[in-house]
Amino acid sequence: MSAAAGRPIATTRSSAGMPTGRLAVWWVIASEIVIFGGLIGSYIMFRLSHDAFAQQAAHTNTLIGTINTLVLLTSSLAAVLGHKYADAGDGPRAARQLYLTALGGLTFAGIKFLWEWPTEIHHGFTISSSPFWSFYYTACGIHAAHVIAGVTIMLFIAPQAKKGLELQRVELIGLYWHFVDVVWIFLFPLLYIAK
Amino acid sequence: MTQHAHAHDSHDDDQSGYGHAHHPNYWKIWAILCLLLAISVAGPFLGIKIVTLLTAFGIAIVKAYMVARYFMHIDIAAKYVTYFIVTALVFMFLFFAGTAPDVMKPQGRNWTKPAWLDGSIHATMSNEPVEGGEHGEGHEEHH
Repeated sequence: MSAAAGRPIATTRSSAGMPTGRLAVWWVIASEIVIFGGLIGSYIMFRLSHDAFAQQAAHTNTLIGTINTLVLLTSSLAAVLGHKYADAGDGPRAARQLYLTALGGLTFAGIKFLWEWPTEIHHGFTISSSPFWSFYYTACGIHAAHVIAGVTIMLFIAPQAKKGLELQRVELIGLYWHFVDVVWIFLFPLLYIAK
Repeated sequence: MTQHAHAHDSHDDDQSGYGHAHHPNYWKIWAILCLLLAISVAGPFLGIKIVTLLTAFGIAIVKAYMVARYFMHIDIAAKYVTYFIVTALVFMFLFFAGTAPDVMKPQGRNWTKPAWLDGSIHATMSNEPVEGGEHGEGHEEHH
């Protein structure tokens, strides 16, 4: 019986000098750069040419943005520690780090959807208030969707990792998660700092 | 052979140049990232525009680099990974360079932004009604 019997070929094949799974995640990241890059580029154009954007940006809550940045940075730490344990073949500890990463993602989404957005909407800043708020809700919404997708994938991967199965996936979801972190690293100063 | 062992076979046998990535002290990197975050938040309190820009965007670039290098291990991934990530970034800048003049400039070679368009954009940005009525009424007279 072949070592790879019953497993998807992409799991064991090393294509173009690296495992296919890792290559695929890097391709996803490259395409995501274009998606978020387009959004961020459009924002910068309007921000630089219209002072009203700065006036509207003054209403975002820097404290909440800072807390959420700290949460994402910490969850990235957990993700890379999970990768480290997976490399060492320690499935249970890798799984524990994945659960912590997912908790970070849920905390981020909870702060955004249960605290930050309701407060802003209560003050009359909705997606249709002005182009700034349209951009704000669109960019943060798309980013939050990526956070929720990442959490969902981690919750699928972690139980298997706990049994010591498919440990390479811990690194792959970690790569994706760090990219989500990098996107927020740029959204944070654009929306919360440069007022 | 267990599936666990299979997973490690695939990891060990890969030809990426880092079967097992070198793992630096991640806690130390996280602490530096947090310190940089604190500086970027503190920057605007000085009230100097250039300092705010540097602490906001300069630090964002440094933080992104640190995450890419130490958490994503891009420096030891196959060289072409860096190439196609850079290609995606170049496309982003091309998009910006290609469309920014239309958005940011009132005129260029052989074109001038219509006054009604400029006016309606300004009114929309500040969330005020466009002069002449909603949805830019009165545009026709400029055509």
